[in-house]
Amino acid sequence: MLLIHCPHCQEHRDEEEFSYGGEAHIVRPLEPEALNDQEWGDYLFFRTNSRGIHHEMWYHAIGCRRYFNATRNTVTYEILETYKTGTQPRVTGDSL
Amino acid sequence: MSRNRLKTHTGAAIDFTFNGRAYQGIAGDTLASALLANGVDVVGRSFKYARPRGIFGHGAEEPNGIIQLGSGAGTIPNLKATQVELYQGLEASSVNGWPSVNFDVMGIIGAFGRLMPPGFYYKTFMYPKKLWMTYEHFIRKAAGLGATPVEADPDRYDKLHQHCDVLVVGAGPTGLVAAREAARTGARVIIADEQSEFGGSLLASKQTIDGLQAPAWVAGLVAELRAYSNVQLLPRSTVFGYYDHNFLTILERCTDHLGLTSEYAVRQRMHRVRATQVVLATGAFERPLVFAHNDIPGVMLASAVSTYVNRYGVAPGNKLVLFTTNDNAYQSALDWHHSGREVVAVIDSRSNPSGAIVAVVKALGIEVIDGHGLIEAQGNKRVKRALIAPINQAGTEVTGAVRPLNCDLIACSGGWSPAVHLSSHTGAKPIWDESIVGFRPGDSKQQERSAGACRGTFDLSGCLAEGARAGADAAKLSGQGEGNIQFSACTVEEYQEQPQQALFLVPHSKSTSRAPSQFVDFQLDVSASAIELAVREGFESVEHVKRYTALGFGTDQGKLGNINGMAILANALDQSIAETGTTIFRPSYTPTTFGAIAGRDVNDLFDPERYTAMHRWHVEKGAEFENVGQWKRPWYFPLKGEALQDAVNREGLAVRKSVGILDATTLGKIDIQGPDAAEFITRIYTNSYLKLAPGKCRYGVMLKEDGMIFDDGVCACLGDNHYLMFTTTGGAAGVLAWLELWQQTEWPELQVYFTSVTDHWTTATVTGPNARKVIAKVCSDIDLSNDAFGFMDWRDGTVAGVKARIFRISFTGELSYEVNVPAHYGRHIWEALIAAGEEFNITPYGTETMHVLRAEKGFIIVGQDTDGSMTPADMNMDWVVGKNKTFSFIGERSLQRSDSLRENRKQLVGLKTLQGKDVLPEGAQVVFDAKQSIPMSMQGHVTSSYYSANLGHSIALAVVKGGHSRLGQIVHCPLADGRTIAAEIVSSVFYDPKGERQHV
Repeated sequence: MLLIHCPHCQEHRDEEEFSYGGEAHIVRPLEPEALNDQEWGDYLFFRTNSRGIHHEMWYHAIGCRRYFNATRNTVTYEILETYKTGTQPRVTGDSL
Repeated sequence: MSRNRLKTHTGAAIDFTFNGRAYQGIAGDTLASALLANGVDVVGRSFKYARPRGIFGHGAEEPNGIIQLGSGAGTIPNLKATQVELYQGLEASSVNGWPSVNFDVMGIIGAFGRLMPPGFYYKTFMYPKKLWMTYEHFIRKAAGLGATPVEADPDRYDKLHQHCDVLVVGAGPTGLVAAREAARTGARVIIADEQSEFGGSLLASKQTIDGLQAPAWVAGLVAELRAYSNVQLLPRSTVFGYYDHNFLTILERCTDHLGLTSEYAVRQRMHRVRATQVVLATGAFERPLVFAHNDIPGVMLASAVSTYVNRYGVAPGNKLVLFTTNDNAYQSALDWHHSGREVVAVIDSRSNPSGAIVAVVKALGIEVIDGHGLIEAQGNKRVKRALIAPINQAGTEVTGAVRPLNCDLIACSGGWSPAVHLSSHTGAKPIWDESIVGFRPGDSKQQERSAGACRGTFDLSGCLAEGARAGADAAKLSGQGEGNIQFSACTVEEYQEQPQQALFLVPHSKSTSRAPSQFVDFQLDVSASAIELAVREGFESVEHVKRYTALGFGTDQGKLGNINGMAILANALDQSIAETGTTIFRPSYTPTTFGAIAGRDVNDLFDPERYTAMHRWHVEKGAEFENVGQWKRPWYFPLKGEALQDAVNREGLAVRKSVGILDATTLGKIDIQGPDAAEFITRIYTNSYLKLAPGKCRYGVMLKEDGMIFDDGVCACLGDNHYLMFTTTGGAAGVLAWLELWQQTEWPELQVYFTSVTDHWTTATVTGPNARKVIAKVCSDIDLSNDAFGFMDWRDGTVAGVKARIFRISFTGELSYEVNVPAHYGRHIWEALIAAGEEFNITPYGTETMHVLRAEKGFIIVGQDTDGSMTPADMNMDWVVGKNKTFSFIGERSLQRSDSLRENRKQLVGLKTLQGKDVLPEGAQVVFDAKQSIPMSMQGHVTSSYYSANLGHSIALAVVKGGHSRLGQIVHCPLADGRTIAAEIVSSVFYDPKGERQHV
C-alpha cells in the first residue's frame, strides 16, 4: 500500500484515502471542434503508459478533496514527488 | 516420564490428544517436541504417495507435521506441529492420512508410485472434462488438505495500525542486538519474532556469549529491551508480508497458545506497520540432504535434533547417524553425545575434514567416516539402518562398496539457506553466492537491510556484529542517532569452520531414475527423478518446472526443498545455479488466517449501511428493502399476504389513479455556489443553464469526454450564483469528484465551489393526480396553482411547520411535488404528508414501483438502460443536447466522432411482447431471425422489463441496433430455458406519450 504525501494537507497519508486520476498534464484542447477525429482521439484515448517516470493525478477523496500530481516510478512504485496542479514537476524522465 | 524425555529436563505436565490418543507433554513443549517425547514416529502421510512421514524440522520449515488444531468453529487447518505451543487439553489430528495415518488406503496407490510421474494429474485427470469435479473431490479428500470450519468463527480478531522508526524482523542474536542499538538512539522500535520466546537459534545453543550461557544472555538482553519505553516486543508474531513503501503486516497470535475461546479476548491481531526503516534478521533454514528414502520417519535436520535435545529435553531416538557436508552440523553429534545416547558415526561427504570441531568429535571417540555419502535410509515407519558408501570428490558417483549402519535416527545437513523471503517480497531478486552455497538477498528495493544468517553470515560473532551495525544504521536513516555502535562487541566462543561441500543430490549406486525415491520436496512428494524427468520432457524455466512438478507448492512454500530442487534442475540442464535462478517468494511467509485479515470488518461492521430519516417508519410498515450502494431503500410495501408483484401492481395503480409517496432522500445532492457557477454547470451538462432563473429547475445529462452518458438529474437555480444539483443515488460521489476534477485541473479560473448535501436533506415525493390536494393541506404559504407554481419550478415555503423547498419535478410522469426538509425533520414531514393524504388513500411505494412507473414513461435509469457506451442520441434524447452553446461542453466534440454518428448503433426502444403476459428477463438478447443457427447474430439486449398494471401488459426497454428506424418490426428473445419470446419494437414511451399529466 502506497504512502502518499498530499501537498495540500502537507501530510503523508495511506493510499486508501486517495483515488487515482490518470495521467497528468494532459491539456484539453481549447477548440475541440477544430480537431479532426484522429487528433481528438489522441487526446481522448492515448496515454504514454511509461515504464519508469510517470506524472499522474491523485485525488485526496477522503481528505481535502483536492487533486494534485505525483511523479511515480511505475517499475518500483516509488513516489518521487507530489506537487500542486498547475505547477511543473521537478523530477522528469530526462532529469534522472 | 515419556520415553524420549531426557531426565535432566522437567516441567509441569500437560495432557493433550493427537489423532484421538491421549499423551502427556510438559510446559514449554511444542506439539512436535511432545509427540517426539512420546515416541510418535508417524505424524502424517505424504500428499501423493501416502508415505508415512515424521517430524523433520523444528520451525516454519516443517514439511510433514501438518496438523488440524482443535475442532468445531475455532478449528484451524494446516498448522505446523513445530509451531503449535502445547496447552492443557489440546486436540490435534493429522491433515494427511485418511482414514488413519497408520493404515492409509492411499498407501495402496503409494505402492504404485512409479505410475504417478510429475504432471500426473494434468495427464490423467483432465479428460473427460466433466468428470474433473469428481476427480478433484476425490483427490482433495485423499490428499487431506485440512478441513475448514463450517460454523461461524466465534473468536474476535483485531487490527492495529502502527508506525515505527525501525522494525526488526526476527529476535535471534542478530535481531536482538539490532533492536538494542536502535533502541538506545530513542528510535521507536518494534521487534517481532514468530516464536513464543525471543532468542532464535540461541534458545537451543550451548554456546557462551560474554561468559554467559546463550539462553541466559538472551534473557538479559530481552530484559534490557523491555526497559525501553520506545521498544515494543512482539513474540508469537510473524511478519508475513512486505509491501510497497515499507508497509509490513504482522500476525500476532494472542491466545492460540492458551487454547482459549473468549468473546472478550482477541485471538489474533494483525499489525499493519508503516516502518521508516526495516532490519531483516530472519535467519536461515538448514538444508536437508537428498538421498534415497530420506523421508522415512527418523530422518531429521541436524539442527532439529540439537533443538529437541537442548531446548526441549527430547531425544527422538537412540542411535544417531549424522550425515553432513559441513562443520556446523557436527554440533548435533556433540549435543546427542552429551545427552547420553549413542552416536553411531558421523558421515562427512568431504575427504579429510580438518575443522576444529571435527577434532573435538573425534576426541570423544565418535567415528567420523569421511569421503562417504549416506546413500539410502531403510525402514518402514521408522529408520532401521543407513546405507553408506564412498563417493567421489565431486559428489556425483558412488565409488566403492555399500555397507549398512544400524541406527534409528539420521540427522542430515547440507548447509544453510538464508531466509530471503521478506526481502524477496520487495521485488529484490535473490543472488546465488558460491561462497555460502546459497541465495543471498538481492539489492534492497525498499528502506531495508538484511543482517546475520538471512544475509549469509552464519557465524555467531559475525551475526552479532552485523546486527549491531544494521540497528545503528537503520536508526540513523530514520532520523535517530549518529550511526555509531554503542555497545562493545560480544565475546563468543566458537569453532573456526572449514569450507562446506556443495552437495544437492547424494549419488546412489543406481541411477537417479532407478534409485529409490530421493525426496526434494516432502510435502508434495517431488523427487529428484521427477525434476530430471521434467527436464527430459522439455521444461527449462525454473518457474515452469515448479508448476509442473509442484516443487515448493506446499504450505511450507519450499522452505526446505527449493534450493536442492533448483540445483538438481541446473545440473540436469547443464547450467549453473545462478543461470537457473530461483522462484519468487510472495506473501504470506506462513499461512495466515482469514479471521486476522478480516479483523472486526465482519457482520454489521463489514460495510456501513445508510438509512434515511424515515427508515424506522418503513420498517414498522413492513417494507422490504433493497440495497442501493450503501443505502437501504424501501423496495415495496407489501400488505398482508401480498407478493412483490401484487404490491407493485397496487402501488403503481394508486399513483396514477390518486396519489403515492416515495422516500427519495437518497438521491445525490450537490450544492454549487460561486460567480461562475452557471458557466461551470453549463460546461458540464449537455444543455445550458446560463438563462435558468431562480425558482426554476432543468433536467440535464452529463457526458464523459468520450460523449457517453455518465449521470443525469435535475439542477435547480436557488438564487444568484447558487444551484442545487441532483445526481443518481449511486453516482453521487463520482459526480462530485468529476466536478472537482474539471474545476481544479482544467478551469481553476472559474470561481465555483461544491459541497455534498445529500445527508443534509430529506426528500419525500408526493405524486399523482391528487398530489396538489395533499400538499395544500400542509402548506399554506405557497400558491400551488399551476400558473403560479408550474412544472419544473421550485418554491421556498413551510410544510407542516417546517421550512421546506418544494420541487415540481416528476419521475413518474404525474403531477409531483418533491418536498425537501432538513434531514432530521424527515419523519415528521413524512407522517404529516401521510396524514394529509389519508382521505386520498395515499400509498407509500418503493423502488420497484418507481422503476415500473418511470419505464411506462420511457425515462431512463443511467447505469441500467445505459452502460457507458450510450450517447444521448442513442437514448433518443437529442432534445437534451444544447445546439447553440458557445463553450464546447464536456463530450460535445465526441458526439461528432464518426463512431458516434454510425448508423446501426444500439438505440433505445420499447419492446411489447406479442403475448402481453410474457415479461422478458432483463439482459435477454435480441435477435432478428429466430431460426438462425447458433451462434446467432445478437442485435441488442433488454435493459428494463416489468409488468405494468396500469397498461395491463408487460413493457420493456431495450437497446437494439438501428432500433430507432425499426419501429413496428418483430424481434425475438431466445431465453436460457429454451423458449423464444417474440416482441414488437415500439416507442419507448408507453404511457401518456404527450407528457400532459405532469403539467396539470
